[in-house]
Amino acid sequence: MRYDSLLDSLGRTPLVGLPRLSPGPATRLWAKLEDRNPTGSVKDRAAFFMVSQAEKDGLLKPGATLLEPTSGNTGISLAMVAKLRGYRLICVMPENTSAERKQLLEMYGASIIYSPAAGGSNEAVRVAKQLAAENPDWAMLYQYGNEANSQAHYETTGPELATDLPSITHFVAGLGTSGTLMGTGRYLREHVPGVQIVAAEPRYGELVYGLRNMDEGFVPELYDESVLTSRFSVSSGDALRRTRELLDLEGLFAGISSGAALHAALALAEKAAAAGQRADVAVMIADGGWRYLSTGAYSGTLEEAEARLEGQLWA
Amino acid sequence: MAIEVRIPTILRNYTDGAKSVEGSGDTLADLIADLDSRHGGLQERLVDDSGLRRFVNVYLNDEDVRFLGGLDAPVKDGDTVTVLPAVAGGKL
Repeated sequence: MRYDSLLDSLGRTPLVGLPRLSPGPATRLWAKLEDRNPTGSVKDRAAFFMVSQAEKDGLLKPGATLLEPTSGNTGISLAMVAKLRGYRLICVMPENTSAERKQLLEMYGASIIYSPAAGGSNEAVRVAKQLAAENPDWAMLYQYGNEANSQAHYETTGPELATDLPSITHFVAGLGTSGTLMGTGRYLREHVPGVQIVAAEPRYGELVYGLRNMDEGFVPELYDESVLTSRFSVSSGDALRRTRELLDLEGLFAGISSGAALHAALALAEKAAAAGQRADVAVMIADGGWRYLSTGAYSGTLEEAEARLEGQLWA
Repeated sequence: MAIEVRIPTILRNYTDGAKSVEGSGDTLADLIADLDSRHGGLQERLVDDSGLRRFVNVYLNDEDVRFLGGLDAPVKDGDTVTVLPAVAGGKL
């Protein structure tokens, strides 16, 4: 396939069957390979749509500075788009994100401001909002509340899945900003009667939840509960085990959040199989495993990997 | 057999520091009321007039109870209930 530029190759990612993980011929799992996007993650879709929309809205003058709270993938996608479009990017990210992400961001010319590890992405959001208030000439696209984030999936991911898998019964993706689930979920619900939209949420160790007050939690502005049909909390151990199964059984080297999505997908597929129902379950592979090598997720026993992952943001 | 309830760090002052406690009931609301009888004040931190508090997430065997009927979600012996504060997570 030929494209005029890297950005033109965005999306239209492969959907591949997972025959060895699928419970049976009538209950099948399918992986949407988002690591095949320009910078290697699903976030390229949101970054491209958010920047394009901001340009249409007249928010970005040439040479403008973008500010974004991100633990990595969105930052990398935005850094690539910003470089090609002539903007400067400042990322606010928790200090406990992986080394690969930091290096890649710096290579793309982005600046990084660190937020404390305790409190995770909540803290990055808080710091970024403060910086945005102090620097009114910076443009914060704010992936958690930017409709262009979910719109990217409404216009691209949703139609791609409906075209490639008209018999889709379940769509499963990791829950972060909720942009992927909201946009894809709305499109599929409008076009595929009865489709289930399922969120797989990472469940971290206690360090990440910290001493957060229950009244000061965070729910992304984009999140709309009515789009989902269920939501699963997946432990680091289960996510790691499934990530390794993807590689062992299907040859797929995926990031850890993809293992979390697979864990929820398998539970649904097995439930359908037990009930004698046909199922075609699409699972988002948000990125490849490369960006997590330094976390130790892929070396040693599962128990060792799980211990090393304690306190790290793996999705 | 009882229902195991995992308590987040921030609420362990209600459980004498215990990471998990046991309770019983036919619904999540019953279970929380049962816990409150031994760990007074816990219910008020989890529930308000409209139901589960906005930034409180409760999972029944790893599934979000908001999709299982909320406070009316049926629970039974052997289930595991996990309480967590809502945080930003996922592929950001």
